[in-house]
This record gives sequence, C-alpha cells and structure tokens, in this order.
Amino acid sequence: MSLLSLHGVTVAYGRTEAVHALDLEVGAGQVVCMIGANGAGKTTTMRAISGLIRPRAGRIVFDGTDIAGLRPHQVAALGLLQVPEGRQVFAELTVDENLTLGAWLVSDRGEIARRRDQVLQRFPRLRERLGQLAGSMSGGEQQMLAMGRALMGQPRLLLLDEPSMGLAPMFVDEIFAIITALKNEGTTILLVEQNASAALEVADTAYVIETGTIVLHGPADEVADNPAVARAYLGG
Amino acid sequence: MHDLRAGPYLCLVPRTMLAQQLVNGVLLGATYALFALGFTLTFGVLRVVNLTYGFYFTAGAFLALWLTRHLGAPIWVALPVASVGAGLIAVVIDFLLLTRLRRKNAPELASLMVTIGGVLALYAGMTAWVGPDVQRLPPGLISAEAYDIAGLRITQAQILILVATAVLVAALLFLLRGTRLGLALRAMAERPDAAGLMGINTGRAAALVSFLSGLLAGAGGVLIGLNFNAIQPFMGESMMLRGFVVIIVGGLGDIRGALIAGLLLGVLEVLTAGYLASSLKEAVAFMILVAVLWTRPQGLFGTSTVRRA
Repeated sequence: MSLLSLHGVTVAYGRTEAVHALDLEVGAGQVVCMIGANGAGKTTTMRAISGLIRPRAGRIVFDGTDIAGLRPHQVAALGLLQVPEGRQVFAELTVDENLTLGAWLVSDRGEIARRRDQVLQRFPRLRERLGQLAGSMSGGEQQMLAMGRALMGQPRLLLLDEPSMGLAPMFVDEIFAIITALKNEGTTILLVEQNASAALEVADTAYVIETGTIVLHGPADEVADNPAVARAYLGG
Repeated sequence: MHDLRAGPYLCLVPRTMLAQQLVNGVLLGATYALFALGFTLTFGVLRVVNLTYGFYFTAGAFLALWLTRHLGAPIWVALPVASVGAGLIAVVIDFLLLTRLRRKNAPELASLMVTIGGVLALYAGMTAWVGPDVQRLPPGLISAEAYDIAGLRITQAQILILVATAVLVAALLFLLRGTRLGLALRAMAERPDAAGLMGINTGRAAALVSFLSGLLAGAGGVLIGLNFNAIQPFMGESMMLRGFVVIIVGGLGDIRGALIAGLLLGVLEVLTAGYLASSLKEAVAFMILVAVLWTRPQGLFGTSTVRRA
C-alpha cells in the first residue's frame, strides 16, 4: 500500500486551474520524482499536499487518512515535512534557531539534542555556522539548512521542492548525494525537480507533469528512456 | 514664562523644573512605549496595520473603571484584570475581523480597510453605551500623595506606571528572546508559511499575538487613565496617533526602536507643554514624524525588527 496517494486532485488560484485531476502514488521507502517545466504545477502540487493551499477537488490520502484541506501544522504533525521551494530558511534567525524550529513538534530536549547531532553529522558545514544568521549563508548552505531543519522533524515522508534550484554545480552534486544517502537509509521522498536527469537517476518512480496534468509515469529508468522525455527534459 | 494651565507638573520651583519635566516626560513616554510595543508587535508578526488597536486602550481603561467603581477593586487588581480583559477583547475582535482575510492571504489594504470599519463601529458602540463624557476613577483609588525624591516630586501613580511598564516590557522581551514560543513568533514574523510547515499552529500564534498586544494596550489605557484621571471612549484614538508616530520613528516592527521612540515622544511632549504651550504638543509629535520620514523612512534605529527583537 502506498504511503501517500493523490486522487483527482485539482488546485486553482482564483479561476485558473494550476493542477487538474492529478493522481500520484508514493510507496513507503520509495523515492518518487515529479519532473516538468516551470509553471507545470509541481510546486502547486507540493503546496496542496502540505496544506499551504486547499485543493478544489480530490483526495490526498496519507497513511490511510484524507489530509486534503488540513492546515499546514496538522499535516506536519502527521510526519509529512516539506522543504519548500526557494528554501525559505528563517534568514534573521541563527542556523541553530532554524534547526530548533525544525523540531517544534518535539518537546523532549534530549531527543532534540540527539537529532541535532545527527543533522550536524550529515551537514558538517552547518556545525561551523551554528551561531550565524541563516540569511548570511550561501544558497547551497541555506538549502542544507532547509533540509536539516526538515530532518529535525524526522519526516515519515520528506517533500523536496526544487532542492537544486539556483545552486552552484558543486552544491547540486552535494545535495543529490545527500538525497541518495537518505534514500539508502529508507527515507520516503517525493522530489520535485527541474534538473530532470539528476532526479530520474535517484528516483524509483517518476511522474512527468505538463500544464497541471500527469502525462507520463512509470519506473524512473523507463521514463528516462522515453524519447519524448529525453527530448523535452534531458536535452537529448 | 510658563503656562501654568499646562498641568499639575508645573507648580514647582523653577530650579528643579527641568529635572522634574524630564521625569514626568519619561514616565509619560513609558506608557507611550508600552502602547506602541503592542502595536509594533501585531504589525511585526501579523503584518497588519490594525487600526482597532487603539480601541483596546479604551477598553482597558473602561474595564478598570468598571472594576474599581462597581466592584470596588483596588488598582493592583484592576490593572492586571483590565489588561487581560483588553487582551481577550483583542483576540475576539481580531478573530472576527481578520482571520478570514489572513487565511486567504488578502492584500494588506483589505485588512487595513476592515480595521478602519471595525474601529469606527467599536467607538460608536462604546460611545452609545457609556456616553461621550469624561469619567473619573473613584477618588482614593491611588493615594494622591507624592514622594519627594532628591527634590523631585513623584506620585504613586507614576511609580505604578514605572513598575508596570518595566515588568511588562521585561516579560515581553523574555518571551521573544528567551523562550521557544518566542522563537516561533519571530519565525512567523519572517515567514508565516514556513512556520506552518514546521508544525507551528499559526492561527493560535496569531491569537496569542493579538492577546499580548491587546494586553499591552489595555495596560497603557489603565495607566494613562490613572495618570490623568480622565477616561472617555475616544481616548484610544488620540493614543493611536502617538502609536503611529512611535512605531514609525522607531522603525516598523522594531521593539527596541518603539521603546526609545516612546520615551522620546513623552519627554518632548512634556517639554513642549512646559516651555511652549500645551496645545502644541501634538503638533510637535507630528513634526517629528514628518521629519523622520523625510530623512530616515526606515525609522531612526535601522532595520532590526520583532524577528530579532
């Protein structure tokens, strides 16, 4: 059974439909990627899942419960944690404070400290910058902080929205290395990316979205081999 | 040389007059700062210019009046109870007027217009209920006796203002700087959406901010009511003008700036009333506002905000 499934989800801003009758499945332990052009509806789908926007129609079922229409904090409390597009770190708070907020739903101080150690082991760069304001870091470091912040909440499903966007190539490689490591540890991930080749490489399953509709889905390697996908998204 | 009608402060020997004026100004400024703090807090965290805010000042003063007059409560009971009451009123009004707009991410202008309508209705309702006249607190509520400290005359009301303001400001700063809840509020001030993704219940946090700001306004209303012994429905309106001056001069959302600007305004008003004319004190406040906006539109104290508190 899949951990997350979207059934006929439609999202609209005013009268404009951004996502139309979208179906999607994420199995436990899987990495699923959604690729598509800018404005195809990827981020809208993510925002609908995490409760930042209420879908107009359809069901979003997480672990057997319909979460469509729940508020973001309720969705987060179920273990569905999102690293939003554009990172959205708290720029005027320190790195350490950002991490603390990632564990907002945890009250046990010892547990928070333990998770913080784990996150800092995964992102050694952040350890050097704990007392620094998040806004003063580079884009790549901010992305690591945004991911570390989400991991502080020990997600049952991690939603990554464009984690490589706007990053230097070195950081892109590093971010995908981390995603691969998370996958190998069994983290369930829904990944939205414009960098289709890297996303298809790490993912088990892939969905291709165009103008708000899924036009193709299947095992990631098959999707990658599809000539239309290769032409449109892989530059070949 | 001095306008003796300006207030009771001025019946003093000239030698200590300036020092006395400064003390009176600082104490008046402390209440301005307290009031402006709540205003800047709502603006900083909820990003709304909430014009109903002045009403909570009125509400606090009238609650204190009612508690002392009809229930015979002493001031040390009336002050906290009336302040909390004003905070609760703020939560209800904020919920009724603004929650819906906040959920829909309505433009700031929509919120502003809703609060204009709301506050007009609130003042009209209040005036219809209690009448437009100035009302007095029961005599003997606080001793009129003044202490002589190093040649300065300090009333008990002023001591109460000093203590209450210090306690409330310290408590607010501790909440924002020293607690996890304060951290969440600062996060929400910067990025409400991301705060929600962390699991922070932003609706409840907004209610808390409304409560705290209403409490600060209400406390200000009680203290000013006590200081001038004059309570009437529109007292919150003239306070709002000062609130605007203080939070703009101090920098929008800037807690430290609001404190300093509030104290400055109080001192300047008292000095204007003492050395020029009482009727000019509001003009002075607005001349400062215009001058600051012309020269430093971001406020006098840079750009730090509620987020950094």
